Amino acid sequence: MQFSLGPVLYFWPKAQILQFYREVAASDIDIVYLGETVCSKRRELKFEDYFALAQMLRDAGKQVCLSSMTLYEAPGELRELRKYVDNGEFLIEANDVGAISMLQDQGLPFVAGAAINCYNQHALRRLVSMGLTRWVVPVELSGQWLCDVLSQSIISDIRDCFSTEVFALGHLPLAWSGRCFTARSENRSKDQCELCCIKYPKGREVTSQDGSQVFVLNGIQTQSGYRYNLVNQLSAMQGLVDIVRLSPQQTGTFDWLAKFKANVDGKAPQQLGNSDSNGYWLNLAGMATG
Amino acid sequence: MELLCPAGSMPALKAAIEHGADAVYIGLKDDTNARHFAGLNFDEARLKDAACFVHQHGKKLHVAINTFAHPNNYQRWQYAVDMAANAGADVLILADIAVLAYAAQRYPKLERHLSVQASATNAAAINFYRQFDISRVVLPRVLSMQQVRALAKSCDIDLEVFAFGSLCIMAEGRCYLSSYMTGQSPNTAGACSPAAFVNWQDNNGTLESRLNGILIDRFAPNETAGYPTLCKGRFNVGNDTYHALEEPTSLNTLDLLPQLYAEGIKSLKIEGRQRSPAYVAQITKVWRAAIDAVLSAPDHFCVKPQWQQVLAALSEGSQTTLGAYHRKWK
Repeated sequence: MQFSLGPVLYFWPKAQILQFYREVAASDIDIVYLGETVCSKRRELKFEDYFALAQMLRDAGKQVCLSSMTLYEAPGELRELRKYVDNGEFLIEANDVGAISMLQDQGLPFVAGAAINCYNQHALRRLVSMGLTRWVVPVELSGQWLCDVLSQSIISDIRDCFSTEVFALGHLPLAWSGRCFTARSENRSKDQCELCCIKYPKGREVTSQDGSQVFVLNGIQTQSGYRYNLVNQLSAMQGLVDIVRLSPQQTGTFDWLAKFKANVDGKAPQQLGNSDSNGYWLNLAGMATG
Repeated sequence: MELLCPAGSMPALKAAIEHGADAVYIGLKDDTNARHFAGLNFDEARLKDAACFVHQHGKKLHVAINTFAHPNNYQRWQYAVDMAANAGADVLILADIAVLAYAAQRYPKLERHLSVQASATNAAAINFYRQFDISRVVLPRVLSMQQVRALAKSCDIDLEVFAFGSLCIMAEGRCYLSSYMTGQSPNTAGACSPAAFVNWQDNNGTLESRLNGILIDRFAPNETAGYPTLCKGRFNVGNDTYHALEEPTSLNTLDLLPQLYAEGIKSLKIEGRQRSPAYVAQITKVWRAAIDAVLSAPDHFCVKPQWQQVLAALSEGSQTTLGAYHRKWK
């Protein structure tokens, strides 16, 4: 079982991102995803900066993958995507089928991110034939669903062609919109957002009128109110999940990496907090804890 | 420019055809479509009746099979395709690449439209789906008019847009909010904010709506209480309580009709398979008149006040919006 760090989902200042990746380089994480996946207006780091970071992390012994955006709406955004596709060195995580289309045209392998709708063995087989080498399972699917897909006979002859990855720590990316909810929360229009996401390095919490954590606003992305946390499910993932993904947190990311690594065999379980959930993996509502 | 109307039952289908729809879209009575609600949709016999009725009137029948197939029940989605093809459907509306591939291989001559649930918002994504020989793309409701225009100019494929009805504010097919709260999502169960999880409670005159126990909204006695669709509730952010994601409102693009026509948009889709035959009849009538007006004199089109009155009265919260088509919405 390997561990990966997903892309930073929030809009952090450049200095904070560079500092974070210096720590990543020194950590014992196996795989690192880099790139802006939420909003094309977030340009603290440009393609060249991510590329330089990718080289630095590779030199530090990490497997590096460049993550692309989830919601492409404008031709200019596709031109930016093209730069990632043509980078020449690093594997790409596609989070929109548009990226898969470009990668397939170039004959390049790809990681299918969690927002690619692959729900069954036939879709998976088709994506493998297009170049999928790693499948990040859609966040709403359970361990049982994953098991059901992988145990179909139609998959057996290609099971060695791809690895599986599961989002296991962090607020879950659940939706993407044409609207920017962070700008809306400040009474700004999206066009005049003034990049206000930078003020919210953990996103903006949304609670119900009686105080439950419901969602987290992260620009055009809506995340789960609770932090998803599968630290106690790792032993059940053996044989099903090759890579366990932690989503970068503002603080404590590497402490959690240590806790996950210590509990791979279930020998060092963690007490989940009131704001943690693990429902999706257990075939419950995502916000539930089982 | 086609007027494509929803039908969740035979009476609604007849209402749509009799009031001027060029085509009607329906779903089967199971979780193979994104409006999987109790008491709604068509079984095999009704599907044949629907195809017959529509064809007798020289119109077209589209069948939505637009959820994502489950690993242990893939045959149900295949069977849905077979059933629609055998009943004489003119078009299949599909989202799952496995189902698209099956339909393209098994029924190459049966027209395939890419469902909004496939979430194709850009030219590269549309390109991806061309391998399944689709003839039309239904665009998600997250694009601005400017972005729709750019797609219409750059993509050599028919485009269909949502013209009226409930407004999804998230890129369809990639929204998991409903399963986060209830375990059931449009992708996996064909339902958003399912009714089985809804609870209403009256607290001294204040009405509270909950979804699987989560408080979605509170209504004062003088407020109209709307269905607790989870993205349309009032929540707290910072010190404010407001519709953090979206107000309860309906999409209405009547004002954009000449622009949509000028861009060569092939079809206008009316949302609402869950609505009554009377609703379908009234909406269809208005949109038939509006489309006829734009077809006969595109440069002199103006929206009639009585059309807007009818549509506003049939809208969520009696409010309508241009949604994402209008940049200021964002």
